[in-house]
Amino acid sequence: MTALSQRTKPTGPVGNSLTTGQLPRFAELYVLVGAAVVSALLLLLIGFNVVGWLVLTAVVYLVALGILSLVVENRRKATDRLVRGLVTVAFLLALIPLVSTLSTVVIQGASELSWSFITQTGASTFDPDTLEVKQTPGALQAIVGTLIITGIAALISIPIGLFTSIYLVEYALPKQWLARTVTFLVDVMTGIPSIVAGLFAFSLFSILVGPKAFSGFSAAVALSVLMIPTVVRACEEMLRLVPGDLREASYALGVSKFATIVRIVLPTAIAGLITGIMLAIARVIGETAPIFLAASFTDNFNSNAFDGPMQTLPVLAYTGYAFPGADIAASNASAWGAALLLVILVVILNLIARIVAKIFAPKGSR
Amino acid sequence: MSDKISVQSAPPSSTDTLGSTTGTASGGGPQNAADASRGGTRVRPGDFIFRFLSTGSAVLIMIILAGVALFLIISAIPAITADWSTNDQLNTGPTAAFPNFWSYVGPLIWGTLWSAAIALLFGAPVGIGIALFISHYAPRRLASVLGYLVDLLAAVPSIVFGLWGIIVIRPFLIPLSDWLGANLGWIPIFGGPVTTTGSTILAGALVLAVMILPIITSISREIFLQTPRLHEEAALALGATRWEMIRMSVFPYAKSGIVSATLLGLGRALGETMAIALIISPAILVSVKLITEGQNSQTIAANIALNFPIATTLQRDALIGTGLMLFVISLAVNSIARVIVNAKPRKSKKSKPAGPSTPGPLSRIPAGDFASATAIDVVAGSSRSGKPGDEGPTPEEDIEGARY
Repeated sequence: MTALSQRTKPTGPVGNSLTTGQLPRFAELYVLVGAAVVSALLLLLIGFNVVGWLVLTAVVYLVALGILSLVVENRRKATDRLVRGLVTVAFLLALIPLVSTLSTVVIQGASELSWSFITQTGASTFDPDTLEVKQTPGALQAIVGTLIITGIAALISIPIGLFTSIYLVEYALPKQWLARTVTFLVDVMTGIPSIVAGLFAFSLFSILVGPKAFSGFSAAVALSVLMIPTVVRACEEMLRLVPGDLREASYALGVSKFATIVRIVLPTAIAGLITGIMLAIARVIGETAPIFLAASFTDNFNSNAFDGPMQTLPVLAYTGYAFPGADIAASNASAWGAALLLVILVVILNLIARIVAKIFAPKGSR
Repeated sequence: MSDKISVQSAPPSSTDTLGSTTGTASGGGPQNAADASRGGTRVRPGDFIFRFLSTGSAVLIMIILAGVALFLIISAIPAITADWSTNDQLNTGPTAAFPNFWSYVGPLIWGTLWSAAIALLFGAPVGIGIALFISHYAPRRLASVLGYLVDLLAAVPSIVFGLWGIIVIRPFLIPLSDWLGANLGWIPIFGGPVTTTGSTILAGALVLAVMILPIITSISREIFLQTPRLHEEAALALGATRWEMIRMSVFPYAKSGIVSATLLGLGRALGETMAIALIISPAILVSVKLITEGQNSQTIAANIALNFPIATTLQRDALIGTGLMLFVISLAVNSIARVIVNAKPRKSKKSKPAGPSTPGPLSRIPAGDFASATAIDVVAGSSRSGKPGDEGPTPEEDIEGARY
């Protein structure tokens, strides 16, 4: 569009050889409006719905613009306009699930979310007089479980991931076999299916501890397998951004390598490191499958990570639909409440990451 | 932040190729020299411990990955070697109909590949289109915001997508399924009794497609942005339209990147559990039907999630065995993708030093410079208005000549 406007402005209206054989300035806009009206009218004949209208508008727009450009301009420009339209449609298409998912979660979860939902342990009680099972909605056990499991996973993963990235950036020579192998393995590890991590933790603990060794710690181990490669990748990128001049200056002053890393390199990269770690936590906090396998699920409050099943928010959301209690509607409602809480947690972590990146951004790098 | 996320998932050498000439290379040299000079004198304990810790962590990663494989194999062996028809624990419940492990895992592998393939069919073109939109069509000032929006999709937990699929996508697809069943029912993939609840593999795969969009988009976007600016400008200057420029200078450059982005998306789709487990109504059989319920091929991951809580000990081992197969498949897919990504920069390294040296310092100005975006627009505009349509083949030849 900008290209079009810049072209037409200086040339003047009629008879100019530069502007003949092309569509007028706002042709794309006119066609879009026309397509919207035409498809709305068409749909009114068979029954109107918003999704069908948008889809039909996109199709009519692309076809009409293609034909128009083919007639007025030429085949090359028609293809160009068509691709521009297609690519824009692809982008808009991706926004639909994003908006739809978030609005669905907020709408469904908002009615369930209340102070008592956060501070109560969910339970179902049987009333012997009326023979009714009554369900108290509550997610306290899941919130505590999520925080404990993610916390332990972070405690395991952050040191391992950070030290590995320090090794890759500061110690390893680029051609060394260990460095290349580790880089490759870290990349491959990012692709491990999350459920496989859960199976690994389950079989590890059932072999070491005994059968049915469900525990929060086991789930934390599973999450670590998923989290370590993310932390390594993020920290490695950040450490590589630290200018070599700083290291050289430090070495030139006779400072040891250890002190250079701790006093110079890490403080320079601290904002990026924290951001990367926060995003890694935000990624694993929503994992369902590994926690479900390794920590199972329960309605009881359990804050001991080393003993017994532990409930978490994603698992609460899953079991609310997959294994509902006697009151199915109430189970589903808690599932949505848990999902909304989870989304809020992820958003908070992302916000912290952004704010940290803004505040501590190193001066001058990048 | 958007670039932080994309950096994480980007191929390891993407920033290397961009920044290594200035940043890391000059950092590496003197650093090693310092090592060598101090090597003979004395080693401070802090140095030793730190080197040990960081090298140890690197080795630990190898041990963890080996441990994942080892413990899965150990746990799976009893179920793989057992005779399923005579074993008390295995000839009941969900594993009753299968004579051995391989006949159980076969249909599951098919279902996993099938659903991932459909997801890729929807997701890959859209993902690459978005990457193209963000890197070459959207206004530069908006590009990072738009990229961040797509990365937001990656931040949404998979369970939320699963729940969303249940209450939004399932009912949304029912009219389409009805129509397909009524009009195209003679094609095998649309055959069978048409669903009434919407728990089809089509719905599951559609949600999977949404979930793999961010990874495909972020990786192909990185690769598209790495196209040498000179190639693009040369194409535009020779009168190519924007699409011709993309087809002739961006796509040839990014071909391997697109392939590996797609493969990484495939790897993600293979392992996704919750969307499939919550949405489709499965059976363990080989089926290509898209719009039925109860006859959809089950995937490995969803099968594990659904059966794990109710399984007997040996059935659990069998499920771990299927997980081992999933591990092997996704390891293979990811390794191939990474090998392709890692092989690419070597090619570009050869052309990179050649790039600045031939055309001189001018080439450095546009790279990564936001102001040049407007320059490109001007170039695009003037070239388009000036040239008639008969210039088609010429720019193509010239670009080919310039690149090699």
